[in-house]
Amino acid sequence: MTKQVRQLDRVVIRFAGDSGDGMQLTGDRFTSETAQLGNDISTLPNFPAEIRAPAGTLPGVSSFQVHFADYDILTPGDAPNVLVAMNPAALKANVGDLPRGAAIIVNTDEFTKRNLAKVGYTVSPLEDGSLEGYSVHPVGLTSMTVGALADHDVSKKDAERAKNMFALGLLSWMYSRPYESTITFLERKFAARPELVSANIAAFKAGWNFGETTEDFAVRYEVKPAKMPPGTYRNITGNAALALGIVASAVRSKLPVFLGAYPITPASDILHELSKHKRFGITTMQAEDEIAAIGATLGAAYGGALGITTTSGPGVALKGETISLAVALELPLVIVDVQRAGPSTGMPTKTEQADLNMALFGRHGEAPVAVIAPKSPSDCFHAIIEASRIALTHRTPVILLSDNYVANGSEPWLLPDVESLPDLTVEFATAPNGEDGTTFLPYLRDPETLARPWAIPGTAGLEHRIGGLEKADKTGDISYDPGNHDFMVRTRAARIEAIQVPDVEVEDPDGEARVLVLGWGSTYGPIGAACRALRQRGHSVAQAHLRHLAPMPGNLGEVLGSYDRVVIPEMNLGQLAHVIRARYLVDAIPYNKVRGLPFTAAELESMLEDVVKNG
Amino acid sequence: MAEPVAVKLTIKDFKSDQEVRWCPGCGDYAILAAVQSFMPELGIPRERIVFVSGIGCSSRFPYYMNTYGLHSIHGRAPAIATGLSVSRPDLSVWVVTGDGDALSIGGNHLIHALRRNVNLKILLFNNRIYGLTKGQYSPTSELGKITKSTPVGSADSPFNPLSLALGAEATFVARTIDSDRKHLQSVLRAAAEHEGSAFVEIYQNCNIFNDGAFDELKDAGTRDDYLIRLEHGQPITFGKDGQFCVVHPPGGFGLEVRETASVSPADIVVHDAGVAEPAYAFALSRLPGEDLRNTPIGVFRQVPRPSYDNLVHSQVEAAKAKATGTPEEQLAGLLTSGDTWTII
Ligand SMILES: Cc1ncc(C[n+]2csc(CCOP(=O)(O)OP(=O)(O)O)c2C)c(N)n1
Ligand code: SF4
Ligand SMILES: [Mg+2]
Repeated sequence: MTKQVRQLDRVVIRFAGDSGDGMQLTGDRFTSETAQLGNDISTLPNFPAEIRAPAGTLPGVSSFQVHFADYDILTPGDAPNVLVAMNPAALKANVGDLPRGAAIIVNTDEFTKRNLAKVGYTVSPLEDGSLEGYSVHPVGLTSMTVGALADHDVSKKDAERAKNMFALGLLSWMYSRPYESTITFLERKFAARPELVSANIAAFKAGWNFGETTEDFAVRYEVKPAKMPPGTYRNITGNAALALGIVASAVRSKLPVFLGAYPITPASDILHELSKHKRFGITTMQAEDEIAAIGATLGAAYGGALGITTTSGPGVALKGETISLAVALELPLVIVDVQRAGPSTGMPTKTEQADLNMALFGRHGEAPVAVIAPKSPSDCFHAIIEASRIALTHRTPVILLSDNYVANGSEPWLLPDVESLPDLTVEFATAPNGEDGTTFLPYLRDPETLARPWAIPGTAGLEHRIGGLEKADKTGDISYDPGNHDFMVRTRAARIEAIQVPDVEVEDPDGEARVLVLGWGSTYGPIGAACRALRQRGHSVAQAHLRHLAPMPGNLGEVLGSYDRVVIPEMNLGQLAHVIRARYLVDAIPYNKVRGLPFTAAELESMLEDVVKNG
Repeated sequence: MAEPVAVKLTIKDFKSDQEVRWCPGCGDYAILAAVQSFMPELGIPRERIVFVSGIGCSSRFPYYMNTYGLHSIHGRAPAIATGLSVSRPDLSVWVVTGDGDALSIGGNHLIHALRRNVNLKILLFNNRIYGLTKGQYSPTSELGKITKSTPVGSADSPFNPLSLALGAEATFVARTIDSDRKHLQSVLRAAAEHEGSAFVEIYQNCNIFNDGAFDELKDAGTRDDYLIRLEHGQPITFGKDGQFCVVHPPGGFGLEVRETASVSPADIVVHDAGVAEPAYAFALSRLPGEDLRNTPIGVFRQVPRPSYDNLVHSQVEAAKAKATGTPEEQLAGLLTSGDTWTII
């Protein structure tokens, strides 16, 4: 049967199933195939905090959304064009996000009375007409997989588990994906159990062939490669990019790296990844708690290592006292906060940007630090290198605010040339710096950066004592002198302001915009997509995005002043907006949502349209 | 472990220019003097010695040592020192802490440093009181202790620091007393030689808030009858005339004190710090009564176990040895690993 082939410029697919159905893996594989084809991609995994919530229930639903296009895209897509629902729970949890006309592929084998009842369906939605507005494809995914594997030497359970590969095969056929990388992947993954390699490949092929032969799927789609700058690419998540950025920081600084961490979602992957890269002189330590993690990291920094500690919001709260100590000691230290929804345990696997206040202000005493935030998954690589640069040159703690959305989302990444990465080398103090030529003054500052010398133990002649007690200017001796304390507090603030950060860039293509949208961190994609959509519809709107939150770019005041209205969308209750209002006396309009999910481009577009039209 | 370097230093070399600000008569002075005069023996250059402390009167110690020093925050010294020691195996890292610092706010870090066997020499100045905050009871204060925060007596039972350390898998555990410089230095010597964590409890008098807490162990009239001086390889007897001894009671679990005359010499326990099973050292740590009678001092336990530092280091070194190419080449290889595609 020859099938019609239709060209599309973009598609959003959501794979949804039970936590045990392997949806993250299925989505990952589809993404890899898509990357191989050269589409631009953006992905969004969404999974429960429970490792295995009761099977078939709503809390147990895990999903993976992938958006791919023949042009450059900025978000994982607001609404799926295609939903793959492996059970009734997956359908129920996701159907509300689908626009009319979307395709739904359901695994009918799971639509049993019992499973329907688990999620409160009294009648099957496949039969009661409630899905009339969609294009529903009922497929017996489980039974067809088991049937296809009848001749394979695998248990029924293993055969059933291969149903996600059947689904992947079907979708790969539908969207004409190259599948060689998936075959190689399966060969590698199940290398120890050859029977599973052949079973999973067979399931994949059965799904592919099913698409080709069944009349239910009359159309096959193609999405042409996107025009992207030349070079070598790989698909990368934010956490993986951040880990690679730490490796790059080790190489470019020529320093040993010490990474102290205590496991916490969604930051643990950084620790896992770095523990594999010891050959770069990276020591990882899983400490007894976050306080010990940052303590050990600070101890290593005192000894001359590039010290990095990775955690999420609750961990940053515990690290606060040690960050203040690092402010007083004026040592380099990088703190990575992969933000999640709070307060308290909150929603550990959901995203939020509500730790900005804590990063800027959440310490006792006047304890300023530098704060920076990546705007996309691949940007995590460059942002952590920038954080390392600031920490090392300015001898200060730097907080990097990632979040669950960039950490677990992925996008294609144009791999940088190693030689083009910034040189992070620093010099340790080697000789006394006092005028008499013999004394060492641990708090004598570089006139430009105001940084003090990094004099590491082992250096003869520079023995000195430092600590959390207030220090006299230059000598570092304990001091309770009122004037000295006032001077030191102001100097620590001036040190942060002295950090050179690039001007913020404004995207205002026609130069006509009266409204500026200001964002920071992971909202870059949805804000950018919303601005593009507005412009396509003839409106003018300007976008600026802050990477540096402390210190802020020098031109920011001027930028803010040159627009009539400034809108600040944030996944918190207006934390950046507060700062902007206080600092620049700008009557910024906050737009806030804290649903544990990224903004959709559509909601930002309609909100901005309103501001553009009505001021 | 720091490799020995032949340097000749004197006590003067270890005195910093800072004015010592403990209360006159504080036991900390004696410990400082003992440590300063012991340090030259180490043969390690000053720049390779680091004192890390937490917060408390005792934790001011690093300021007075002309070595590298880090006066950190309350309870966290073991954690901070762990990072320093692991990343700088060339250094000799000493932790100075108090009973509140180590056992209350920092209890977690202490036990984890000990179980890891980080190459730290941990000196716990136990005055059984919070000195710096002016006299509240501490986790080593006796039950019923009357202090500023417990006017009718505390309801908390104390920790026995050595029992705790042994429970945390410490490989070196010792106790000494501020006023006995010779003994203190002999313990420091043994601690310095130990690879891994060496935990030393030092009974220290706070003459302002808990004066005389250890008098029975110091007064010429009582100390011989109260103190058990442990010596490796020697039968454990004590008392002015050796009239007491330590035995394994038949059928019992621990150790007990008996009159020497009442037991056969063969039944007297011969001290062996190298017993692998921590139960022996633990039993020793349980001997003292509330009145301080039968207080052992000396090295309770000293057993070999690879240090955390060494284990971590050898992993990093093994990985480095296997790697080929410059770090830049390795990084380029790492970046392009996995599924990549090229756009021309
Ligand atoms: C986070 C924090 N909590 C409380 C304090 C106050 N504080 C300082 S020292 C101390 C207790 C010290 O007792 P100990 O460790 O026994 O030392 P000592 O002064 O007796 O030598 C306390 C509670 C502090 N500095 N930091
Ligand atoms: S308060 Fe006690 S421990 Fe502190 S310095 Fe005075 S005597 Fe020493
Ligand atoms: Mg005390």
